[in-house]
Amino acid sequence: MSEVFASPFFGIALSILAFWLGSFLQKRLKSVICNPLLIAILLIVILLLVFDIPYENYNEGGAVINMFLTPATACLAVSIYTKIQILKKNWLPIVVGCAVGSLTSMASVWLLCRLFRLDEAMTASLIPKSITTPIAVEVCQSHGGIVPVTVIAVIFTGILGSILAPFLIRLFGVKDSMTAGLAIGACSHAVGTSRAIELGETEGAMSGLAIGVCGIITVLVSMVLL
Amino acid sequence: MKIIKQIGIIFSICWISTVIEQFLPFAFPASVIAMLLLLVCLLTGVLKISHIREKSDFLLANMAFFFIPAGVNVINYLDILKANWLPLILICVITTVITFAATAWSVRLTMRLLAGKKKGAQNE
Repeated sequence: MSEVFASPFFGIALSILAFWLGSFLQKRLKSVICNPLLIAILLIVILLLVFDIPYENYNEGGAVINMFLTPATACLAVSIYTKIQILKKNWLPIVVGCAVGSLTSMASVWLLCRLFRLDEAMTASLIPKSITTPIAVEVCQSHGGIVPVTVIAVIFTGILGSILAPFLIRLFGVKDSMTAGLAIGACSHAVGTSRAIELGETEGAMSGLAIGVCGIITVLVSMVLL
Repeated sequence: MKIIKQIGIIFSICWISTVIEQFLPFAFPASVIAMLLLLVCLLTGVLKISHIREKSDFLLANMAFFFIPAGVNVINYLDILKANWLPLILICVITTVITFAATAWSVRLTMRLLAGKKKGAQNE
């Protein structure tokens, strides 16, 4: 029976189908909670469990998809490059904001992990949860974390950020679009950015820049401190 | 041929980055090296956006898809999630709010200081 699922095409086809379904549901229901990635992961996990298909079989194809993560991360350079004029003009607030944001995120996660008595692996998995998935996964891996826990935490944080963004802007009395965009990007990476784009052009651009800058800062800080 | 060439450029940068990663005396992720390398190439004009546009648009637009296998791997850690679901949710919610506040506050302070400096310079 397991030969049926042993080909790498099985995992790739299943992933594409699940992602397509997730995107379809998001379009239909128009809700941030319907994150296509989250839906795809859930569907595949349920399918593998119900039909008792070994994870190793799925991962024949999964490994092929996984290979594209490095080139996809590299292309974040393109989105930074296209906003380089804004970055040059406002580099000080952007760098300061992202540095403070990244440090606060890492420190608060570390403190709460201590408070809840989570172990080292769990802490390493959660510390990079506010940055974009490709970089978060790398930070998690190099510090002995559990990659899938990081992926789930990053998506969950992104969804939270995009839901809470308008409320947080009011709560903390943010009146400037640059400040709002950077704060959204620093706490909830690309998923939050998709919401920031809806709030305004400056918000979107700033949030997008914060993804790259916070990612780099978090890597550097985690290298020195952890 | 155009797309093949673009894939060639991006994958070459990724390959060079994995080589650099192995020779670095400290742990630094290859994907971030690749990102910085590509940014330097674009800023110095070695590469133009047009050299990689279609491929990079494809990769950026479908970024989420490439994370499916990494996420599905959670199937091997379901017991950990089950044991820690409440702290996980609390940590995500609390730190997201704190991070938003800290970032907003520091950007505001920096802009205020910059504005003050400019004013000071004008008064002199």
